[in-house]
Amino acid sequence: MNTGEDGLNKPAVRGFSSVQTVVSQTSPPKKSFLYDPKVRGIFYQVLLVAIVSYLFYVAATNAIENLQRAKIASGFGFLENTAGFDISQSLIQFSAAGSTYGDAFIVGLLNTLIVSAIGIFFTTILGFLIGIARLSKNWMVAKVAMVYVEVLRNVPLLVQLLFWYIAVLGSLPHPRDSINMGAGFYLNARGLFMPSPVYASDIWAIPAALLIGLIGTFLYRRWAKAKQEKTGEQSPVGLVTLGLVLGLPILTWVVLAIVGANPISFELPRKGTFNLTGGMQILPEFVALLLGLTTYTAAFIAEVVRAGILAVSKGQTEAAGSLGLKPGQILRLVVIPQAMRVIVPPLTSQYLNLTKNSSLAVAIGYPDLVQVFMGTVLNQTGQAIEVIVITMGVYLTISLVTSAVMNIYNRRVAIVER
Amino acid sequence: MDPDAVIDRCGVERSDRGSAGGIKEQTSRMELLGEYTSMKKALISIAFGLTASLLATGASAQATLNSVKQKGFLTCGSNTGLAGFGLPDAQGNWTGLDVDLCRAIAAAIFDDPTKVRFIPLAAKDRFTALQSGEVDVLSRNSTATMSRDTQLGLDFPAINYYDGQGFMVRKKLGVSSAKELNGASICTQQGTTTELNLADYFRANNMKYEVVAFATSDETFKAYDAGRCDAFTTDASGLYAERLRASAPDDHIVLPEIISKEPLGPAVRHGDNQWGDIVRWTHNAMLNAEELGVTKANVDQMKTSDNPEIKRLLGTEGKFGEAVGLTNDWAVRIIKHVGNYGEVFEKNVGEGSRLKIKRGQNALWTKGGLQYGIPVR
Repeated sequence: MNTGEDGLNKPAVRGFSSVQTVVSQTSPPKKSFLYDPKVRGIFYQVLLVAIVSYLFYVAATNAIENLQRAKIASGFGFLENTAGFDISQSLIQFSAAGSTYGDAFIVGLLNTLIVSAIGIFFTTILGFLIGIARLSKNWMVAKVAMVYVEVLRNVPLLVQLLFWYIAVLGSLPHPRDSINMGAGFYLNARGLFMPSPVYASDIWAIPAALLIGLIGTFLYRRWAKAKQEKTGEQSPVGLVTLGLVLGLPILTWVVLAIVGANPISFELPRKGTFNLTGGMQILPEFVALLLGLTTYTAAFIAEVVRAGILAVSKGQTEAAGSLGLKPGQILRLVVIPQAMRVIVPPLTSQYLNLTKNSSLAVAIGYPDLVQVFMGTVLNQTGQAIEVIVITMGVYLTISLVTSAVMNIYNRRVAIVER
Repeated sequence: MDPDAVIDRCGVERSDRGSAGGIKEQTSRMELLGEYTSMKKALISIAFGLTASLLATGASAQATLNSVKQKGFLTCGSNTGLAGFGLPDAQGNWTGLDVDLCRAIAAAIFDDPTKVRFIPLAAKDRFTALQSGEVDVLSRNSTATMSRDTQLGLDFPAINYYDGQGFMVRKKLGVSSAKELNGASICTQQGTTTELNLADYFRANNMKYEVVAFATSDETFKAYDAGRCDAFTTDASGLYAERLRASAPDDHIVLPEIISKEPLGPAVRHGDNQWGDIVRWTHNAMLNAEELGVTKANVDQMKTSDNPEIKRLLGTEGKFGEAVGLTNDWAVRIIKHVGNYGEVFEKNVGEGSRLKIKRGQNALWTKGGLQYGIPVR
């Protein structure tokens, strides 16, 4: 405070007469230290932080003391103990014999991440399609989209999950009467079975071809853009991209197969005593959860998209139309880019909702983080506090990372003031 | 509580000071102080609530009997629904072997078996509920194991049902032994010893399987009944109980193998020995009553018996009840209101029930079983 006063007084000393200087010295605005708003503000904040940290400290030490007195094991050492149970879906090697509770945590985390990532991908596409369809001039299309939104977002997600799991997937036949979908694909109550690829040593050629295709696409796109800016002529970018990214690897595979070096062979599912064995299996729990999350969240995203599109003034569409753009182009090049500014922030919330809602997996037996870690691991170890703290930390981290990524994207699509 | 809000308020106050002064400034500061105070009060009360709840575990572990007496009822963690062990009937009355143990404890304390509040718990929540003091005793077909005893802060004062894990399959699969289950999908409830035994059994027999684990017994059995799994596994008693709920009970068979030891019994928090004693002696009183022929019907006549063992059990000789913090006629209350172990067994899971489970290992030691009442002496 003193430095501030000095700063104020200096010009006075320099600019005015000595009388005024005396006045400014004899009537000091010097109030008690306690009444300084700045100091007081800081004081209360420091006090608040101190009280909060003290209470947390007391709570933590109390909890530790009580756990010890009640002879309940504590600490994070349990993560290294052998798990002793099996998990139906695991992206890493997991077995009851050798794996630890820490491994079980990773299995659950990956299962949560994969269902969320795939769910976000599909729900975005579905949500955009339905959002655009609701604004369609076609009466039928618009009403179907409206009914979809109203039904899906007004029925609790848990009910929808149980519907998909029990009513839809549960009515599939027993493995002995599997539906043969051809090409080694089978569908039954235990899930979708499909051939699994077995790679030979010369498999490297295919990713290499894909890499060349990606680089080629990048270069071609740059060339096409430069050409359009120069001459106004458009090039078939989509077709060439498809050809390079998909066609080149497939061509490589075909050529290798003709030469006789077969880089990929397929292991087909075979009928065993109980289930189909071999091949790949997608669990009905996973499919039900994915379907439930995707269709439910898409209803909300559709509304977000509709709001975003309606927020773009009609003049933009009319102006674009008068420039001779086709309706599809107007949507893609004029309306959506502007609508994105409105869409992205609420879209982020929907992505976070989808991720957190994936914890409802527990109701249909999909081994996500909550089911495996907060369910089985918590119960087998009894270490509720540690397990719940870790789980909360994980969801917090996933959500913050998603938000951060979406914020970066939002900054890119946000309007740039010139 | 929101630190941003605090900063905002400070900012507002600073600008107020700059423009206006005197009384207005004074009042705005007073208001602000008031706001700070109420904010702090709210915060402190929340934080103390948190602390108190964390403290509660330790405090209640010491004197469960007193807190039960003070509340006026016993809170008993029960199964969410397992016929014969813990299941509400059509009128909403809880029935079952585990339920009757809680009623017996309530009878011993209050001379009134209805002073129990049952809290249905899923397998994965049950121990946390007991640890946190939500229930006074957990009587929910829980297997006593070393890790639960030593690492979860629990004690298992009695074993009221000796069980073992088995499998149920559909008859049409043509399976007659658990050894033929290689490659099967198996539905089980998560957070149970069942889940662990299953992994052990298939590993020991070098067989493959697919496990589908659900949170509650209800979801688990529904998934099996709907055809998601080839086999359903739980304790043998549970298999017989759940089979009754199948859409066509006769289509299912229980395989002969018993793959584990499942001593089921009530659990209490570690550290309150008096409370553990009450639970232990309630069960033993029921066993001793059966062994001595004391039944619900004849308990009043038996009070005049000359048999010293009966006299000690029924409190006409010695002060055994007072020593555990109860009244000396504690056992009379249990037997009169609930019955002896044999009566409770037959009524809930034995010949008097739909389950029709034989006494087997749960017969008294005098009849070749494992139930062995510790003498009241």
